Amino acid sequence: MTAVQAPRKPSHGPHSPDWKNALFVAPYLFFFVTLLVFPLFWGIWLSFHKADTFSSGPFVGFGNYVRLFNDKVFLQSVGNTFYFVLLTVPTLALIGLFLALALNARTRTATVLRSLFFFSSVLSVTIVTLIWRIVFIPQFGLLATVYGWFGATAPAFVSDPNLAMIAVAMATIWWCLGLPMMLFLSALQQIPGDIYEAAALDNASRWRTLTAITLPSIKRTFALVIIIQIVLQFQLFGQAWLMTRGGPNNVTKPIVLYIYDTAFRRWDLGLGAAASEVLFVLILLAAMAQYLISRRKEDL
Amino acid sequence: MSAEIEIRNVSKSFGSAKVLENLSLSIPGHEFVVFLGPSGCGKSTLLRMIAGLESVEDGEILINGERIDHLPPGQRGVAMVFQSYALYPHMTVRQNMTFGLENINVAKDVIDARVADAARMLEIGHLLDRKPGQLSGGQRQRVAIGRAVVKEPNAFLFDEPLSNLDAALRTRTRIELAQLHQRLRSTMIFVTHDQIEAMTLADRIVVMNNKKIEQIGAPMEIYDRPATRFVAGFVGTPQMNFLDVTAARPGALGLSVACGPKLSIDTAVAPDVAGEVASLGIRAEAVSLAAPGEGQADGVIDVLERLGDRSLAHVRLDDGQMVVANESGQTRLGVGARVALRFDGTKAHLFDGAGKAYHGREAAP
Repeated sequence: MTAVQAPRKPSHGPHSPDWKNALFVAPYLFFFVTLLVFPLFWGIWLSFHKADTFSSGPFVGFGNYVRLFNDKVFLQSVGNTFYFVLLTVPTLALIGLFLALALNARTRTATVLRSLFFFSSVLSVTIVTLIWRIVFIPQFGLLATVYGWFGATAPAFVSDPNLAMIAVAMATIWWCLGLPMMLFLSALQQIPGDIYEAAALDNASRWRTLTAITLPSIKRTFALVIIIQIVLQFQLFGQAWLMTRGGPNNVTKPIVLYIYDTAFRRWDLGLGAAASEVLFVLILLAAMAQYLISRRKEDL
Repeated sequence: MSAEIEIRNVSKSFGSAKVLENLSLSIPGHEFVVFLGPSGCGKSTLLRMIAGLESVEDGEILINGERIDHLPPGQRGVAMVFQSYALYPHMTVRQNMTFGLENINVAKDVIDARVADAARMLEIGHLLDRKPGQLSGGQRQRVAIGRAVVKEPNAFLFDEPLSNLDAALRTRTRIELAQLHQRLRSTMIFVTHDQIEAMTLADRIVVMNNKKIEQIGAPMEIYDRPATRFVAGFVGTPQMNFLDVTAARPGALGLSVACGPKLSIDTAVAPDVAGEVASLGIRAEAVSLAAPGEGQADGVIDVLERLGDRSLAHVRLDDGQMVVANESGQTRLGVGARVALRFDGTKAHLFDGAGKAYHGREAAP
């Protein structure tokens, strides 16, 4: 009996998934899972346990969260963070937009100024806060000198509880302005030039062109800038830590600094993890809210 | 709603590149003028200068006797339809049409009436609340025209408005534009590189090439009596046949020219230009096929283009020259067939070395 060899079945059809392709995403996936997904779930798990650096103790349910919301310092840090986001995000969006509008030209001056305004973004937080501490030094700082020219005394930005967060916000705005400006510039440059020509033929004034043509054309980017900045500014840490150490009297202590203090200075990892989850939810909610609002107004 | 437009000695450069040189043109009211020319000839630049979207370097532009080249675009009383339509993407069709009127504070009831009229005329009433992104190319085109119509401008400027449409829609829109002109009787300037658009739409065609105007004339005048070899070659499909003239002497009709050793054509051009003539031009419809030996030159059909109502035979003459001849749509001839060509010399044009044309008496329309 002769065996008829069956035709060899192709190992995969032209449209069936080829798992070899997964190799291309594997390196990224590995780091994504180990450095982002795993810590996220571990953090959630940790927040339901009493844990320190040496051991993860017993399951405590929502105990850490209850402690957290009874902690006045935590509640103050949440308030501080919201205040900081409120100070920085709209300002960054508006100044970024203004700069982009002013520098959206193909001139040498505009190019130089664009680079100049973006320059601060490449600095590390250490340098940025150093510069701004020099600005705010009482008596000898830049601010004190400028006030001195007019015979006035500069307000004590860093030590005045009413001004300290504003000082941190100023340093942050100076540091972070480059990204919104660049995002707005790229959006502006994608508006077709002939629309402006049509508007000129339609007798539109400069103001009318701005409000009726330019701004509606970049509203998606506006939403994007707001979301990015909310996510970024909710994570305030370096500037507050280096400029004020959270003081005076905790008025510049943001959530991340609270987490740092709790988890890595008081070694109460469970409580720190719970605070982290609260921050995660806050950022998620803020970004989602902004996304949904901008979606609702979105035109076809 | 009609303007006389006068362009006087206008020049324009972009950097070191000159695009228009000392150009003058007068357009009477109600006229449909087409600027026709190849890409880069400066026709769009001239249109944009009339619109105010490009500055005038030298010379002046007048509308109804009033100098307007220093006025901003919105104050020139012109409306433009762009090649890309340039509709405001975030506005509805209605808002696109009313935007210009709101900017000059036209009363709301007047705006509503004009939009309703234009929408009815262009059959876009059902699209008024849609956004440009929801419209087809043809519908966008109508909206762009509607946006121009509601302004009731002195002149309409069209910058290659049909080039983004498919062939069928282009033909339909062309007819509609002609009807629109008949209805509105406005001055219209239309820029195109498509000679069929120019021939079918224009009262007068301005043929432009290389920074200047080559010829201004009615479509059939341009076709029958092209002023230069460029115009003769640019207007007409298939392109006019050009043959180098090797000798010229007085003949029975006028000037008899030799195009190569064996081909001689009697033209109706006056013999006094014998010394100037460098080439002969003759359109395919003035060349017919005959049996071998029964024409002025013999050759072989290289390519046969069947267009339905007629065929175009690309004939390679024995001396190597290519000539396109008209043949019946039903012809039984095929590629490789040996044929003779008969040239109707009365319809031939002669050109001197600089491209200037000489026409026979009978070449007149």
